[in-house]
Amino acid sequence: MAKLLEVKNLTTQFFTSAGTVQAVDDVSFDVDEGETVAVVGESGCGKSVSALSILRLIPWPPGKIVGGSIHFAGRDLLALSDNEIRTVRGREISMVFQEPMTSLNPVLSIGLQLTETMEHHLGFSNDQAHQRAVELLTMVGISEPERRLSQYPHHLSGGMRQRVMIALALSCEPKLIIADEPTTALDVTIQAQILELMKDLTKQMGVALIVITHNLGVVARYADRVNVMYAGKMIEMGNARQIYHDPHHPYTLGLLASVPRMDQPRGNRLIPIEGQPPDLTHLDTGCAFRPRCRFAVDQCAVEIPSLQAVEDEHTAACWRVSEISELKVAS
Amino acid sequence: MTDTQQTSSALPADRSVAGDSFLQIRNLKMHFPVTEGAIVQRVIAQVKAVDGISFDLLKGETLGLVGESGCGKTTVGRCILQLERVTEGEIVFDGQDLTQLTQKELVPVREKIQVIFQDPYSSLNPRMKIGDMLEEPMKVHGIITDAAKRKERMRELLSVCGLDPKFADRYPHEMSGGQRQRVGIARALALDPEFIICDEAVSALDVSIQAQVINLLEDLREKFDLTYLFIAHDLSVVRHISNRVAVMYLGNLVELADGDELFNNPTHPYTRALLDAVPIPDPVVEEDREHKVIKGEVPSPMNPPSGCVFHPRCPLAVDSCRTSVPEFRELTSGHRVACTEV
Repeated sequence: MAKLLEVKNLTTQFFTSAGTVQAVDDVSFDVDEGETVAVVGESGCGKSVSALSILRLIPWPPGKIVGGSIHFAGRDLLALSDNEIRTVRGREISMVFQEPMTSLNPVLSIGLQLTETMEHHLGFSNDQAHQRAVELLTMVGISEPERRLSQYPHHLSGGMRQRVMIALALSCEPKLIIADEPTTALDVTIQAQILELMKDLTKQMGVALIVITHNLGVVARYADRVNVMYAGKMIEMGNARQIYHDPHHPYTLGLLASVPRMDQPRGNRLIPIEGQPPDLTHLDTGCAFRPRCRFAVDQCAVEIPSLQAVEDEHTAACWRVSEISELKVAS
Repeated sequence: MTDTQQTSSALPADRSVAGDSFLQIRNLKMHFPVTEGAIVQRVIAQVKAVDGISFDLLKGETLGLVGESGCGKTTVGRCILQLERVTEGEIVFDGQDLTQLTQKELVPVREKIQVIFQDPYSSLNPRMKIGDMLEEPMKVHGIITDAAKRKERMRELLSVCGLDPKFADRYPHEMSGGQRQRVGIARALALDPEFIICDEAVSALDVSIQAQVINLLEDLREKFDLTYLFIAHDLSVVRHISNRVAVMYLGNLVELADGDELFNNPTHPYTRALLDAVPIPDPVVEEDREHKVIKGEVPSPMNPPSGCVFHPRCPLAVDSCRTSVPEFRELTSGHRVACTEV
């Protein structure tokens, strides 16, 4: 399939009084048309910042994209003017955020928020936009769409608000949707409803999806490919089976061992990753995971490992990538 | 819904871990009034946060209490802690009904029952040093009067919870989320309690840190012979840590069973829907799973459905579910379910 999005050597930094934070450090990845790519990692690993960087939504000051390129459908998004990037946002790439209460405007009706986008981007008339808004709400499973259009976000439950966000994201038929922790604030039965909805609609409309999440279960169920981030860097990339069944980076290994699983009986002790994630203002030389790594060797302190091929489409940033399988068994 | 026979029959399968019943909850109801009017307040409705539940806690066990937001699980914890004046029902601990005690009579009980909250950011006083925070309960309850001994005990608590004793001189903002939650745990242990209520104690933590804290909680239970009520919405964590699991929906208990029994053989349609909705972190397992998504959303506890509270969303509902409240009956030994259709 054709490449839709190509991020190359993206580096985003925050200049704070405590020092420069390397939030995203030399990250490259791509997204094909119509596929679902997950970005996983723990708080502060840079997964949200890398997504926000794609739409240039990093607030300056203190944040700034200091290097790299982001090619989307033939254009470099970083080279566009402010006016030009505005025609991309919401039209060609849209976003679904974690907390729908803070991302919907509380003083505008649902209807106005939906129609405004379509009138602006697609040049729809009032009537056209209204009609399309009714269709969209029906599509995302909201009953009595006509009545809902005149309601405000606070009239709706969290799940309903997230459905509105998805309707909004789909309204201009974008090619790519970036969903940043789309279900983290929702209960598990509502989470299942929303995720199934997103999966069905994106498949139906051929929209590519970047899902940013810390929930490894959600990733396993919905993602075609998985990118694992740690301390601002991509540390492992591959398809879902490769990442879950044949992880090659010690951090991915540790992450999978530390999640309790609902399908396994009680009794097994969890194997946590010892220590804390590093302070991104004071990164040591070498691999950022080294202080917590069971397999670290001298070289890890000297030089940062780059992504190395494991097999087709599967890469891991570890100096001992070729030995990991044996080390895993030995420990 | 009430059942007082539950006491003797609700023993878990692994009796080696858990012993006799040491906390009995009978027909607990907690209704919060909804008022209207700024000066003259009128009660216009009741939020039935907990609406008549009964269960026992066994010595030495971890009882998982799960359910979605607003189901009343946190309120149950707060009722046991006597942070709420319950509307109706009994909470019997050590032969005393806690709901009948005065604040003064509750003081010795509070030594034995402690709590760990979800958010270590808001449950620690930002202006107190960690060491002072751990010493304060000992001072208040007059456990250790000698200042030097108290300091020693405080350092011991820190190291038991995996923190360097040098943290005693730090403030909460100087610590990470995981470290703060360890402080929360150390504080709960300061009075040498018998029973700890963990209210979403690991929910705010990242997975790698969450695993550290879960292991710590398990170690401490063994070491200090503790009993836990583990309130959480994350079913994977609950399965891992609990001996028995109780499922709540809209103020009612819908199912209670030994942990493995509940997860292998979920019976109540709500429990099944809940377990179905949890994604398993394994793409191969996920491919083979059938996902039946449950319709609708949780109704308001201000105006709960008649009969069985789950009937509007239930795939098995029959006419009688609309009118009659199902009994919380025993299906097999120790496995209780509030449904007539299973």
